[in-house]
Amino acid sequence: MPLFPNGRLSRRRFLAGTGAVAAGISILPRQGWAAEGAKLNFYNWDTYIGETTLEDFKAASGVDVKMDLFADNDELFAKLKEGNPGYDVIVPSNDFVERMIKANMLMPLDHKMIPNKANLQSAFLDAAFDPGRKFSMPYMWGTIGIGYRISKTDGVPDSWKWLLDSDRYKGKCALLSETTSVLGIVFKYMGHGLNASDPKIIKAAEELLIRQKPNIKLFAPDNGQDLLLSGEVDLTMEWNGDILQVMEEDNDLSYVVPKEGSVVWQDTLAIASGAPHPENAHKFIDFLLGAEVGAGVAKVIQYATPNAAAKALMPDSYSKNPAIYPSDETLAACEALVYQGSDVVRLYNDAWTRIQSA
Amino acid sequence: MARQRKHPLVFWVSALPPSLWLFGFFLAPLAIVWVLSFGEKRGLIDVEITWTLANYVRALDPLYLGVVAKSLWISGVTTVLCLMIGLPVALGIVFAPGRWKPILLFLVILPFWTNLLIRTYALIAVLRTRGYVNFTLEWGADTLGLPFEPLALLYNNAAVVIGLVYVHLPFMVLPLYAALDRMDKLLIEAALDLGASQLRAFVTIVVPLAVPGIISGVILVFIPALGSYLIPDLLGGTDSQMIANVIERQFKRANDWPFGAALSFLLMYLTFGALAIRSVLAKGDGGLEAK
Repeated sequence: MPLFPNGRLSRRRFLAGTGAVAAGISILPRQGWAAEGAKLNFYNWDTYIGETTLEDFKAASGVDVKMDLFADNDELFAKLKEGNPGYDVIVPSNDFVERMIKANMLMPLDHKMIPNKANLQSAFLDAAFDPGRKFSMPYMWGTIGIGYRISKTDGVPDSWKWLLDSDRYKGKCALLSETTSVLGIVFKYMGHGLNASDPKIIKAAEELLIRQKPNIKLFAPDNGQDLLLSGEVDLTMEWNGDILQVMEEDNDLSYVVPKEGSVVWQDTLAIASGAPHPENAHKFIDFLLGAEVGAGVAKVIQYATPNAAAKALMPDSYSKNPAIYPSDETLAACEALVYQGSDVVRLYNDAWTRIQSA
Repeated sequence: MARQRKHPLVFWVSALPPSLWLFGFFLAPLAIVWVLSFGEKRGLIDVEITWTLANYVRALDPLYLGVVAKSLWISGVTTVLCLMIGLPVALGIVFAPGRWKPILLFLVILPFWTNLLIRTYALIAVLRTRGYVNFTLEWGADTLGLPFEPLALLYNNAAVVIGLVYVHLPFMVLPLYAALDRMDKLLIEAALDLGASQLRAFVTIVVPLAVPGIISGVILVFIPALGSYLIPDLLGGTDSQMIANVIERQFKRANDWPFGAALSFLLMYLTFGALAIRSVLAKGDGGLEAK
């Protein structure tokens, strides 16, 4: 048995300290460049790029990419909130793209400089959080679902009921501790939209979770896959990529997106306002949307690529994997989180504090 | 002191770096957070300082006071347990043979050489369903031919208290050791010679002499435990939230820095309260000695 739950760092659970150090030692130039140097500052998630992608870009364009890492969207947002410290390309998720557009933290994209946009699956050419894709290009996408131990569950647990409204797996299930996603999924289970904002619905969701609490072992701070692997729980609400990692280690684990639908998220490539190298940034985004480059990235990070040309180059074990690409039917029931303004965010967080202290 | 008074320059030069440090890295950031706690959010990134008290009014909502009460309870239990374990340990070190003392003290300090996060993860590996404690119990039950059901040791309030006691115990043992080591051991001998039982000698001689160490230890354990964030987050269950976890959420997910700042100051006032009690107790102590 390993001493530590899972030695590998998941994309979303990167020890924030390392990221902070990496960012701290890079005092980047703030002033605009008269003629852009052959440089680019890329601010990305951990383990979220292909093995040779950055070297390949240097070979193709002569531009040196310096990559810093962030641990979650909150960190990215907090870092850029007081002014851009010199980043060019950043990788915010959908609802944060929306927040950053509203706060003037993103630079509009020049689509003429991104011809590889043509490689994208048509469904990704527009987005509710960024109408007309003025500020962001899709990079990777995925879902939240249930990771489970096959030998300990009766059939496929393809409903949120097993986690949210049943004592069948009392003490053997975990939920995420991420306020917005968990409440959104409860809204879906209750038959509302993912982004409900009616205080009555929020109250009902709060009551449902408080009722279910005795059956839940914990709200996992993004380590559900470790709990599943170590046998601490048999069902857990998690991001698909995290469960895919532990499925490689244990054949008894599987992943399903429940039939009520769930969160579908999208990480995007965007250019931060005040970026010192906007031209290189466009070139880099275009490069990442290339077919072979996109496939190289997808091969390493195992999330779903929105790049049709890249997906075509991938083996069936990836492109036909239901844990990566859920069926169209399931996907139709999924929604993306939308930023709803600070009043609703406050309602969510107050409800969450009450749930946690009930 | 006398020499310093004669040479004011020496005093000022040596006092300058710590003062700058205190100001630059403690008072100034604290002042910023304090000012922020009187602000109002304007849109996504701007905070306007309007000197409103709304954040404090909200912080005094029964919901948050309940979380504070829970935090006080958890850190109180932690402190009492640390004292109950720490006092015998400190006494043991005091009465250990001279050559053993440095080694025993070293063992108390040793965990500090490992990062808190790593120690907490190690505790997870010890306490979880398929962890070392349950493995040992299972082995014992198998040997005796008894049925075995793994104990739920992790992800509940008990796990949080175990984690907090484990991390804070050295802060209790060291001041107790310092206080007890200065104690004149002849006093105990005299008490025993005069017919006191071991327990009586402990209660009427050792404990009163250890009071300064007990007060320091209680403060050093209680205050950090009150603000602990990582341990309830990693070891706690569905109802183990402490006030620092709520504060963290205001600064990150809820993006409500003014309210997070107000909650931080609520916690700080509690800390000041604890320190005020300490100084009152210390004064009482000094009075006794004066008699």
